[in-house]
Amino acid sequence: MSKHHVQAVVIGAGAGGGVVAKELSVAGLSVVLFERGDWVPYDAHDHDELISQRTTVLGNAYGPDDERYRRVVVNDDGSTSIVTPSDGAYNNVAACVGSGTVSYGAMGWRFMAEDFRMKSVYGQVEGSTLEDWPIAYEDLEHCYEKAEWEIGVSGDAKLNPFASPRKKEYPMPPFAYNNEARMLESTMKRMGLHPFPIPMLRNSVPYSGRPACVRRRTCCGFGCPLNAKCGTHNTVIPAALSTGNCELRTNCVVSELVIDGSGRITGVAYFDQDNTKQLQSADIVVIAASATETPRLLLNSTSKQFPSGVGNRHDWVGRNLQGHAYTGAFGLFEEDMFDDVGPGATIAVSDFSHHNPGIVGGGLLANEFTRLPYLFSGIRPPGSPPWGKAHKEFQRRYFRRNVQVVGPIQEMPFFDSRVQVDPGVRDAWGIPVVRLSGHRHPKDAEGCDFLSRKAETILKEAGAFQTWRHGSGIGLSGGQHQAGTCRMGNDPLTSVTDRYGRVHDTPNVFVADASLHVTNGGFNPALTIMALGYWVGEYISSQWQHGNRFT
Amino acid sequence: MDDKAGLTRREFMKLAAAGTGSLTLLAGCAGPKESRWVFLTEDDALLLGSIADQIVPPDEWPGGREAGVVTFIDRQLAGPYSRFQADYRKGLDAVTGTCLKIHGKRFENLPWEQQLSFLKDMEAGKLAGDAWKDGFCSRFFELLRNHSMQGFYGSPRHGGNRNYVSYKMMGLDYPQIVGQNRYRS
Ligand SMILES: Cc1cc2nc3c(=O)[nH]c(=O)nc-3n(C[C@H](O)[C@H](O)[C@H](O)COP(=O)(O)OP(=O)(O)OC[C@H]3O[C@@H](n4cnc5c(N)ncnc54)[C@H](O)[C@@H]3O)c2cc1C
Repeated sequence: MSKHHVQAVVIGAGAGGGVVAKELSVAGLSVVLFERGDWVPYDAHDHDELISQRTTVLGNAYGPDDERYRRVVVNDDGSTSIVTPSDGAYNNVAACVGSGTVSYGAMGWRFMAEDFRMKSVYGQVEGSTLEDWPIAYEDLEHCYEKAEWEIGVSGDAKLNPFASPRKKEYPMPPFAYNNEARMLESTMKRMGLHPFPIPMLRNSVPYSGRPACVRRRTCCGFGCPLNAKCGTHNTVIPAALSTGNCELRTNCVVSELVIDGSGRITGVAYFDQDNTKQLQSADIVVIAASATETPRLLLNSTSKQFPSGVGNRHDWVGRNLQGHAYTGAFGLFEEDMFDDVGPGATIAVSDFSHHNPGIVGGGLLANEFTRLPYLFSGIRPPGSPPWGKAHKEFQRRYFRRNVQVVGPIQEMPFFDSRVQVDPGVRDAWGIPVVRLSGHRHPKDAEGCDFLSRKAETILKEAGAFQTWRHGSGIGLSGGQHQAGTCRMGNDPLTSVTDRYGRVHDTPNVFVADASLHVTNGGFNPALTIMALGYWVGEYISSQWQHGNRFT
Repeated sequence: MDDKAGLTRREFMKLAAAGTGSLTLLAGCAGPKESRWVFLTEDDALLLGSIADQIVPPDEWPGGREAGVVTFIDRQLAGPYSRFQADYRKGLDAVTGTCLKIHGKRFENLPWEQQLSFLKDMEAGKLAGDAWKDGFCSRFFELLRNHSMQGFYGSPRHGGNRNYVSYKMMGLDYPQIVGQNRYRS
């Protein structure tokens, strides 16, 4: 394995990191892409519901493992718990080449123009660090387009009147609705709403040398045995490797940035696949380790110049951890709705994404990904027996006769919802672990209440004989949609990076993942993270080509 | 009734957990009786089978026991659920002890309705006795319930859901042959 100096190191081969690695290596920079996980083949876990990325009771199919990884969670009463990745409180995404993009549900949403200007549109929100992004939708538009065409999205943009303007159509036609979506479509239209097929990072037709999706029931939480789901692992990362300029080092855990006596970042320290500590020097370091692990890396990188961590002069690293409260409603029907046409989620409305009276932001509503039997065993109307004869009867009677309409509510950033490093607990490599604390802003509950009532109205109108709503508590948010912990901004006093993801105070360190999000939109975030990968990658490579060495 | 063999087995598990032995040792061990269980004793297995049948009762479809829930739990306790070993040891003994005290019979020998009301009390945290203190009562019930559901509805590769019985019950063809699922409504 070569330890030669390279021009750029990228940490994390996920949604953001995979894109940056490709952009830089195509531009001719020499790149080492570090990934703590490995390539995970579909066959390793198959369609096993209990070891998937959605239901993790026996482990995370796409990492990380429970043996070597842990985190500390600060409970409401101030006590702490040590949690492992199979525990929801760990707030995991994944750890493998492609990260969440291997096993995600693959909704490929663009944020709307309003999502980048939340403070301008809605004003100050008491107790929240709600802010505008330093870039506008229009700045990112061409990056969304690149993500859609290079990674691959199926959809029909004409059908969503609320979407912000775009220059180019999706590269692939939309997926056909499944049975419940056909039923919901006529209901929604009757109600004056504007349903459309969910844009999906999946091939509706053969694309980029990979086949079309066959619509299995196991998709969200699982890898794709056909390679019809589009992630960074089967698009941009192979493209980066094929340039010959990018070396991917799997099973390598980066522990900290290396800082020289003058305060310049000269590379990274990491543990290789044999757990031996190594150094890799580079001109540029791009951190794309996810919104929980990126701040951990910065905070674990200290020196005389950076006593509280790189980029943390003003105590913003790790702040404003956000995710998405998923809120909506279930409905029970007299006849079968389920036709086993995967992945389940096919139809959405964006009518409630913005400009809802009294609500800051909002969220999309869609039907849900197919739940496998174990997950469904936890879905019951309030007051139903959670076990026994009636529970089993419900299971077989309503598995095919329930519909969920659900969506991610735009969360209000909260300064005290945060990632720190724990002073005592370390992982298997001896690296101080993530410590999570805080809770949601109270405004989020109003959003949940609003959106779940809309979902319930749709299900009632569709003829459900029984409906019930669900929100989510006030507890810490993060999870698979984690974001916001190294926000970009124009003012170094209130942000971690500039508008190009460059960490204030360090000319050659960049962030390129969901950590950059100032706000997290009312949409699933992956396509926006990919677009940011193009945005940051494009900036670095064009500067590099103009001779800027970021010194 | 082979309580002794059970104890021996548990001693072994303790050794294994402490790192002084290994699970493979068990296979080579010439015990008085070969066990089909990795972690459980025969008595534990009988008891868990009865509990699994209460959580997912047999009707026109097999119940938890027949679907392999006990095998599922046994295997997980020696694997990813090793963190629950102590809870199971304490909890299963406490179920037996409490039943003997109240009814003079082991749980698995109680009539169906008495088993049911015992579990309902357990779920509600209402069982008396030192072992059940500090929330252990309902917490252990929650483990039994969750693990039984996982064993019944999860993937057969872990020892439960024999022959995809729960999938069949729910009309989910397995294997899924896209475009050719044959549902009767
Ligand atoms: C089951 C599931 C369903 C989802 N469905 C959707 C969906 O439908 N639509 C959507 O938009 N989003 C979805 N998501 C979320 C989406 O996958 C994430 O938002 C996205 O992957 C986050 O991108 P990121 O670049 O910020 O971090 P990641 O993609 O998580 O990438 C970070 C990478 O860095 C690696 N890493 C971390 N620390 C280190 C270190 N110290 N050294 C080396 N490597 C390191 C990690 O292993 C990981 O590979 C889903 C996620 C899951 C798990």
